[in-house]
Amino acid sequence: MTASRSSVGAALREGFASIRLTIVLLLLLAGTSILGTLIPQNEAPATYRALFGDTGYRFFRALDLFDLYHSWWFQLLALLLAVNLVVCSAERVSRQWALLTGKTPVPDPRRFEGAEARAAFEDPREPAALLAAVEPLFRRRFRRVAVRETQTGGRFLFGESGRGSRWGVYAVHASVLLLLVGGLIGSRFGFDGFVNIPEGETVQTIQLRNTGERLRLPFAIRCESFSVRFYETGAPSEFRSRLVLLEEGREVLRRDILVNDPLEYRGITIYQSSYGTLPGREVQLSFTSRETGMVYTRGMKPGDEFEIPEGLGTFVLLDLRPNASFRGSPVGDAFVGRLIPREGEAVEVLLPVRFPTFDRMRRGEVVIAVEEVKQRHYTGLQVNRDPGVPVVYAGFVLMLVGCYVTFFRAHRQAGLRLEPHGGGSRVVLAMTANKNRAALPSAVERLARELRRR
Amino acid sequence: MTSSILLSATTWVYGLSAFLYLAAWVFHRPGLEALASWAAAVGLAANTAAFFLRWAESYWLGMGHAPLSNLYESLVFFAGMIVLVHLVVERRTGNRVIGAFSAPLAFLALAYASLSPNISDKIQPLIPALKSNWLIAHVVTCFIGYAAFAVAFGVSLMYLLRTRAAAPGRLAGRLPEPELLEEWTHRLVVFGFLFLTAGIITGAVWANTAWGRYWGWDPKETWSLITWFVYATLLHARLVSGWRGRRIAVLSLVGFGAVLFTYFGVNLLPGLHSYQTTG
Ligand code: HEM
Repeated sequence: MTASRSSVGAALREGFASIRLTIVLLLLLAGTSILGTLIPQNEAPATYRALFGDTGYRFFRALDLFDLYHSWWFQLLALLLAVNLVVCSAERVSRQWALLTGKTPVPDPRRFEGAEARAAFEDPREPAALLAAVEPLFRRRFRRVAVRETQTGGRFLFGESGRGSRWGVYAVHASVLLLLVGGLIGSRFGFDGFVNIPEGETVQTIQLRNTGERLRLPFAIRCESFSVRFYETGAPSEFRSRLVLLEEGREVLRRDILVNDPLEYRGITIYQSSYGTLPGREVQLSFTSRETGMVYTRGMKPGDEFEIPEGLGTFVLLDLRPNASFRGSPVGDAFVGRLIPREGEAVEVLLPVRFPTFDRMRRGEVVIAVEEVKQRHYTGLQVNRDPGVPVVYAGFVLMLVGCYVTFFRAHRQAGLRLEPHGGGSRVVLAMTANKNRAALPSAVERLARELRRR
Repeated sequence: MTSSILLSATTWVYGLSAFLYLAAWVFHRPGLEALASWAAAVGLAANTAAFFLRWAESYWLGMGHAPLSNLYESLVFFAGMIVLVHLVVERRTGNRVIGAFSAPLAFLALAYASLSPNISDKIQPLIPALKSNWLIAHVVTCFIGYAAFAVAFGVSLMYLLRTRAAAPGRLAGRLPEPELLEEWTHRLVVFGFLFLTAGIITGAVWANTAWGRYWGWDPKETWSLITWFVYATLLHARLVSGWRGRRIAVLSLVGFGAVLFTYFGVNLLPGLHSYQTTG
């Protein structure tokens, strides 16, 4: 019972330590990622129905192919890769522990006899004297140095450097885990939303991108102004929002943001992402008397009142209503006002910006028309919180350092024998390395040259 | 713009170099190889001069940005990097046949940039999203990586020709020893992998500063990750599973295919937006 359970455990561990699994997983991730670039992601159902028909749509949907990178099976593949990575690396680290931490004994001089990279020369000094001359150089070139006397009365110098480079691969593997963990933290504890703020207005809730829910921020954002600058070619050169952050009505931060220059406050980052135009709140209205044909114009903003001459009544501008409708038909952005005639009931007047003569239909004594509306901008902001970013960035740094160390540093060991030889010494230098062996012969030659000069 | 004229001239110098390398190999005229190398070096000098001239020109036009912001400019940089990597390999190996497989790539890259009607060689002002130093770091690292993969592609192709099952013919027989080709495939892939990694990372940091997300599964991002997976597979297969020779060479070809798709193919994908850049 226990034997079979432990053998299952062993088989699992072995399976997860296998590099063949890694290759399969990497190729599967690559293949499914390709699929995700061939099928447009996160489009509206209607788009997919048009593309694949109803059956195709339902089939692909069941497989999560329309949000593939967030599907359970894609994340399972990533998780399997992570487990593979941990098991495999842990196993190797424990197996190589002594080698990685420098607990290995000084090797026997014979270990260097078969080394390909070697150099030999003779020196008139005898081994003990020669040792005193070359040891400082050896200590400078190698991190760990050991000296032994040989049976023949000679000396053996062992040097080793770059042992830490063996950690490089594990740094790379750990960095992959950091990226996965950072991504998970971001999706668990972060949010990704957006908000449009017209110039001069303040908002405190944003809309989340993937669920469409609304989220209340711990502070309010006011957009004081938005400006866009263009090149002569007509291409945009700069989008700039002047933002003020408010906490309980108190201003806590004031700053301009640009694309590539976001604002961060209390872990929430605000990015410039788009813009658009809206009718402004100031409007030039004209009042035409049906009887005399006289036209009176007046600039107004919501709340303003106007006594129309000829005793035609009082007009109060109430509001700008975005996306208004008239008897069920959309008429776009419209101003709303109330006309209070000298006698009779007050009436509500709708003044769509796009249809300036709309009010003629009311057949009143006075026709009110929109003459000119100052446009104003709204700024489109992306509002995010991603507490995983520091972890991901740490992963980036670790990955680059790890790759560099793995690829371009090697663990080298050198053995230097100083053997008595006719009153002087015969010197043999040999080196081994765990990789990049092609560079060893020239390294040996250089070191031998320096040793000779001592 | 003077830089464009200089670059058209560079295209023909690269073409000449490619022709000389190929002629030296096909007609067995080693004498031509030295000439081919010189042509490549002269081309690289002109390419570099044109790059900096274009940078200066953008200042004279009042825009002032590094010439790394559109397809044309990235192809120019790519071609130069291919030749640079190739010349370094040539020096380090002391073998010049390799040029027959990498100089044509540099020539094609520049010829495509200069001649394709879809590619504008105008210096354009930077749209706001591209105004970032991360853009420069991103494009430079990516294209150094791509250039290493391009030369690795050439070397792997030579390896496959050299080691065909049938005894190598006279032409293939003149290619370098398989061991040398295999060694250099690996070195170039390792070098390219480091730079591709740096390229993806700088791209992610840039995306985070511009849009607040370091990764968005945009097709271009996704394809660069796919490329990265392919080369990671190659490294593991070689180091741990002991794959050698033809299988590694084939993976290197597949990897370069992924590079090309990341670079050019992504725009062909259905109904998707991608950056207006070439990063
Ligand atoms: C995306 C994921 C991975 C990346 C980016 C990655 C990266 C690397 C790199 C750069 C190397 C060095 C290759 C060389 O020196 O040529 C390496 C080596 C290695 N990797 Fe991975 N790796 C990943 C996943 C894995 C997984 C899942 C395993 C689990 C079996 C694994 C096992 C190994 C082993 C055993 C080595 C050789 C270590 C040694 O030199 O002793 N890798 N990896």
